Amino acid sequence: MPDTSSSKPRIEHYVAPLEETPLAAIDSVKTEGKPSNLWIDAWHDLRRRPMFWISSALILIIVFVALFPGLFTNESPNEGCQLANSNGAPVPGHPLGFTRQGCDVFARIVYGAGTSLSVGIIVTILVFTLGVLFGAFAGYYGGWVDGVLSRVGDIFFSIPYILAAVVIMSVLANYRSVWVISLAIGVFAWPATARVLRSEILRVKNSDFVTAATAIGVSRFKILWAHVVPNSIAPVIVIATISLAGAIVAEATLSFLGVGLPSTFMSWGNDIAQAQTTLRTAPQVLIYPSIALSLTVFSFIMLGEVVRDALDPKARAQR
Amino acid sequence: MLWYTGKRLLQIIPVLLGATFLIYFMVFAMPGDPIAALYGDRPPAPGVIDQIRDQYHLNDPFIVQYFYYLIGIFQGDFGVTYSGQPVTEVLARTFPVTIRLAILAIFFEMVAGILVGLISGLRKGGIFDATGLAVSLVLISLPIFVLGFVAQYFLAIQWGWFSPTVGGDPGFVDLILPAIVLATISFAQIVRLTRSSVIETQSLDFVRTAYSKGLTRRRVVPVHILRNSLIPVVTYLGTDFGTLLVGATVTEGIFNVPGVGRTLYQAVLKGEGPTVVSFVTVMVLLYLVVNLLIDLLYAVLDPRIRYA
Amino acid sequence: MKIKRIGVAAIALAAAGALVLTGCTSGGGSEATSPAGDPDAIITTNGSEPQNPLIPTNTTETGGGKIITSLFAGLVAYTADGEIENDVAESIESEDGQHWTVKIKEGQTFTDGSDVTANSFVDAWNYGALFSNAQGSSYFFDNIEGFSYEADSELTGLKVVDDLTFEVTLVAPEADWPLRLGYSAYSPLPEAAFDDMEAFGESPIGNGPYMLAGEDAWVHEEKIDLVTNPDYDGARKPANGGLSIVFYASQDTAYADVLGGNLDVLDAVPDSAFETYEDEFGDRAVNQPAAIFQGFNMPYYLEHWSGEEGELRRAAISMAINRDEITDVIFQGTRTPATDYTSPVIAGWTDKLEGAEVLEYNPEEAKKLWAEADAIAPYGDTVFDLSYNADGGHQAWVDAVVNSIANTLGIQAVGKPYPTFAAALDDRTNDKLTGGTRAGWQGDYPSMYNFLAPLYQTGAGSNYEDYSSEEFDNLLKEGGLAASVEDATAIYQQAQEVLLKDLPAIPLWYSNVTGVSADTVDNVVFGWDSVPLYHQITKG
Repeated sequence: MPDTSSSKPRIEHYVAPLEETPLAAIDSVKTEGKPSNLWIDAWHDLRRRPMFWISSALILIIVFVALFPGLFTNESPNEGCQLANSNGAPVPGHPLGFTRQGCDVFARIVYGAGTSLSVGIIVTILVFTLGVLFGAFAGYYGGWVDGVLSRVGDIFFSIPYILAAVVIMSVLANYRSVWVISLAIGVFAWPATARVLRSEILRVKNSDFVTAATAIGVSRFKILWAHVVPNSIAPVIVIATISLAGAIVAEATLSFLGVGLPSTFMSWGNDIAQAQTTLRTAPQVLIYPSIALSLTVFSFIMLGEVVRDALDPKARAQR
Repeated sequence: MLWYTGKRLLQIIPVLLGATFLIYFMVFAMPGDPIAALYGDRPPAPGVIDQIRDQYHLNDPFIVQYFYYLIGIFQGDFGVTYSGQPVTEVLARTFPVTIRLAILAIFFEMVAGILVGLISGLRKGGIFDATGLAVSLVLISLPIFVLGFVAQYFLAIQWGWFSPTVGGDPGFVDLILPAIVLATISFAQIVRLTRSSVIETQSLDFVRTAYSKGLTRRRVVPVHILRNSLIPVVTYLGTDFGTLLVGATVTEGIFNVPGVGRTLYQAVLKGEGPTVVSFVTVMVLLYLVVNLLIDLLYAVLDPRIRYA
Repeated sequence: MKIKRIGVAAIALAAAGALVLTGCTSGGGSEATSPAGDPDAIITTNGSEPQNPLIPTNTTETGGGKIITSLFAGLVAYTADGEIENDVAESIESEDGQHWTVKIKEGQTFTDGSDVTANSFVDAWNYGALFSNAQGSSYFFDNIEGFSYEADSELTGLKVVDDLTFEVTLVAPEADWPLRLGYSAYSPLPEAAFDDMEAFGESPIGNGPYMLAGEDAWVHEEKIDLVTNPDYDGARKPANGGLSIVFYASQDTAYADVLGGNLDVLDAVPDSAFETYEDEFGDRAVNQPAAIFQGFNMPYYLEHWSGEEGELRRAAISMAINRDEITDVIFQGTRTPATDYTSPVIAGWTDKLEGAEVLEYNPEEAKKLWAEADAIAPYGDTVFDLSYNADGGHQAWVDAVVNSIANTLGIQAVGKPYPTFAAALDDRTNDKLTGGTRAGWQGDYPSMYNFLAPLYQTGAGSNYEDYSSEEFDNLLKEGGLAASVEDATAIYQQAQEVLLKDLPAIPLWYSNVTGVSADTVDNVVFGWDSVPLYHQITKG
């Protein structure tokens, strides 16, 4: 919903009828072209931002590494681990040295990208989808819909998600996989997103542009998805990108608690959890996967940030 | 307002039933016999385990067990732990500790998070913003157990600023270090939320109106911008309170805080149905009351929100 | 078996105590020549919340065991090297190893003033053995006449002769029966206990070197305070004023507290400090073998693991593991590679058993045996897995062991974590394992028999993988009947040679006790059971 308030007041200073001024051209509506909408505007805006390109490029690289780990290292990450190399310093062919078990750190990071990224993305999609659905309907329709949806959210939220994940991972111990761990983290993590969106919608749904849209006869459902949600989504995008980071870290915490993925799965979380015991004597083993984690987190949060800005017409107008 | 509050209080009942049922079912589904595991590698005489299982109704079907606990809870009888302590005693011992820890952690993350978020938002793109982003990124990407051990090792053991562990019946002062570590989980979230909310609010008409009618920045920032930016942040804090209660699992373990997180986690691992259900019951109550208060707070923060 | 319960930073078996071998004094700071210390000083040490009320016959884990041993004095006490000395007993005698006469010292009292009499023992043992009392340690009395696993029955083998004498009749001769009697389950109970055992368990009245420091001494999940019992006059007269046992959820936390000066004595160094504790504590660090045996079992019900093929594969696997390197690198020398099925602190331990070479790293022989087994039935692409409970801090060594196996034999080998001990136990008892399983044993009392019978005898309680060897069973029986302890030892060693051939468990190493103490205390000596001899410690 573009906000034109910055140009309108000036027009009122002209006494002459609008049709007689050169401004007519400016003030006319292009009827032949495609109607502009929020998402297209956002894209036009995004294209011009260096941060968008930097973070996208980083994400692309990480995704590429995750998809084709074999292209980046000749070592297979879990074979030929020699205890003699335990926590060893870098040697040619092993640029980042060795883990406590004597495995190649670099290879484990390269192969771990896939697992960690998948966990992060699946959890984020899960949290985002559930959170937006529940939050949007609850906040917008109010009444009994809000009552039911918010209570369901409360049920899931009042059980802390790390605890729930521990239980789910214990129950499904024989089926541990990226999907199961993502489910275990995500299923109890979405209500936070739902609540934030709901409260944003409570704020936005009384705005003038919603009243305007209602007045011109747009259906309630359409107003919700075309106007209310896009205008409330900014904090949700911030939370979603952070929850991606949170998911990758949660995977590490579950490993630390002993219910993470088996050590045959390469994942940064697993490596960080295992390196924790030698934190004081061999910090480098912990630091490298942490750097990989930070870089990934950084790219996604920056992307979330620029997308958020782009989606917000007012923030856009400011620049 | 009263009617709304009453309605919300009534809604606590289904949530309570749903949450306890869910957690009880999940704990029930966990593999292994919790009683047999109490004895480790050396099983007691065969009859012993069975007698004890009977005592805890563990030989009954799931739904029957659940109702035993439910009925007990409504009669104010929360049962006993596998070590024979009344669960009410355990609750009375652990909740005050963890609530203290959570309040302190929320205080830290609120003060630090909102301050950093506000300045970052006001000076978007500046050096402070960039530094704030970098710091919060590092905090986000470090698992809390790493952070906890590092903080403990340097701040407590090496430099001696704090006691490395907390121990029993701690006061607020004893809990400062664990609270700071705990606060870092959500610090980044609050910074990002506040920042984006401030940026958005800044561009709203009433802020421009405030400036244009000659109000100083010192008045506009706290009164107009901050107050109106706080809704998503306050919501988040409400949801966060629950997380802190048990998100403290790892932190409480590292600093030996005898609180809810540690105890509940142990109970879950031991498959102690009665303990887990009782803890979750109290947590749900706390969580719902806190969030009811927060919903009521919306109306204070944003006069446009009205509860009928 | 005492179980370790561990917390968030699960460091399970790290909770070892230590024992001093004969002729091997523990590290510095514990010489007998150190100053006398302040008799009123309170020693702070680590512990864990007891899992049950403090009733001697229902306390089966180390957290409660440590407290029970301090509160109660049994007939005998263990010295640092696992010998017994009379504590409450005046004498324990038998002609035939089956009929025992126990005389107790006169004038000993419980802290409520009542006398310690023959009845204090007989009633306590009867309580502990009674079926419907469902006591965790009831099986300790199963060799006394009249014991029943199915129904309530009196221990008819216990007869009170007079106030200070009672007779015990065992179901079969047992030459080293008195060795057991220092175990906490054999403690006496005062009459007051039987009125309300639950209440008694909350504030026990004992006859030991220490007693509860008042009504609120036990603060659950936090600590328990003990003070010296002025009336105690047995073998363990305290040189300090009391103990404050602080409960920790993880060893890491406790270690941080010793480093930070908040704790005097820690009996278990966490593995995150293995590399540094000796630098950080110098001669105040202790690292000695303890009565803890660790290995892993290969179930017989698995394809490829029974009959001749299984025997070859077990030997091959055993020789594919580089125990020296793993104990060195992963455990930083806090484990001692195994050479038998007992422990170096147990009288009769040896590294000279026939067939012990199967416990040495020998990649060529391992490959050869593996190939021989493959000739019987090819192993193919089957993945070898080794299961463990993830809440016990086992991951590092399991990963190292499977890597060693994979590297040597060229097969795929992985660790298989179970989320909890309960889940792992469930699959073990129900024969649902898919590969090897971690198996550990901590001695209840310092005897070879205790390391063999419960684990490998046909039908024994902890023989989860259903090993059965007639030869082994017969040797065990023979050992019980042996005329002297020396004869028994020789027979038990012979029995272990059978085990080395069959490898029902593949021995890995003995867990050491790793302890540290702050410079505030002296005379820190660890007992055979990995617990410091608290009564000897001096402070100030």
